[in-house]
Amino acid sequence: MTLLPYFLIGSAFGVILVEAEVVSWFRIQEMFRFDAFHMYGIIGTAVLTAAISLLTIKRLGVRGPDGEPLGFTPKVLGTGARYLAGGMVFGLGWALTGACPGPLVALVGAGTPVMLVAFLSALGGTWTYGRLRPKLPH
Amino acid sequence: MSHLFTHPLPWYIAGPLIGLVVPALLLLGNKPFGVASNFRHLCAALAPCGIEFFSHDWKRLGGWNLAFLLGIFAGAVVASEVAPPLALTLSPHTTAALHQLGLHDLTGLTPHEVFAWASLFTLKGFVSIVIGGFLVGFGTAYAGGCTSGHAISGLADLQPASLLAVCGFFAGGLAGTYLILPIVLR
Repeated sequence: MTLLPYFLIGSAFGVILVEAEVVSWFRIQEMFRFDAFHMYGIIGTAVLTAAISLLTIKRLGVRGPDGEPLGFTPKVLGTGARYLAGGMVFGLGWALTGACPGPLVALVGAGTPVMLVAFLSALGGTWTYGRLRPKLPH
Repeated sequence: MSHLFTHPLPWYIAGPLIGLVVPALLLLGNKPFGVASNFRHLCAALAPCGIEFFSHDWKRLGGWNLAFLLGIFAGAVVASEVAPPLALTLSPHTTAALHQLGLHDLTGLTPHEVFAWASLFTLKGFVSIVIGGFLVGFGTAYAGGCTSGHAISGLADLQPASLLAVCGFFAGGLAGTYLILPIVLR
């Protein structure tokens, strides 16, 4: 089954989110109040590790099964409005729920079942964006 | 079994491990790490309603990511059963600030006074859970990514758009923490 490896990497990610308390509403509050280094240490070293990995993959010229070089499609910056405005809306939601999308799902499984409502509400939010997309500045 | 890990798992172990998800997904199938895309795939699967944003082939493009999402859930279930996070050692400053906002039970992963079925239709519960969730879904779709897609993958790839998005994340997060939560929680 080709999906199994993705499930397993997701599982490892889920375990880390819980054990490092990234799923904790309180840790997110500490982060937004600049009272602890924990979350900054996690995000900072995650970015650093990912950056070194990406550089290595590019240097070695690793290609995928389809012959394409491995890497991300660059995001179109445009006016930047969607990134700043969308980012602020998400940030507000992040502070209120205390969870970004991964932890939102993890919390449903880690003892806060009412987060399922937040997850369904997030689907509603994405759906509403899809509906309003032609009218929004990007 | 609860001593399997020290709590929390230190940042210098958790951070690099999370960072390794990026090359793991690339090497496995040239897939970009980004959890929020799953909201879009699920909308396309459940209620596309003829909307262009949901007209993509979600099975082909998002199947792997939905498997990843299911994995997050499964991993969280196992982790919280095998080695549940114990009492949090929270910074004294945050503890004092939360006490001042009227939160007294600071145990567990979320404040029980807010994130409970019984609180769903109180102001603090509704805003934190229903409105907060809606904003997470709307904002990540609008910005084209969340913490994993922009803050980790995008910044690691030195993408200017992601830096802008992360500035937005913090602007919104600070507004939520210092302006909205004090009104809602009190």
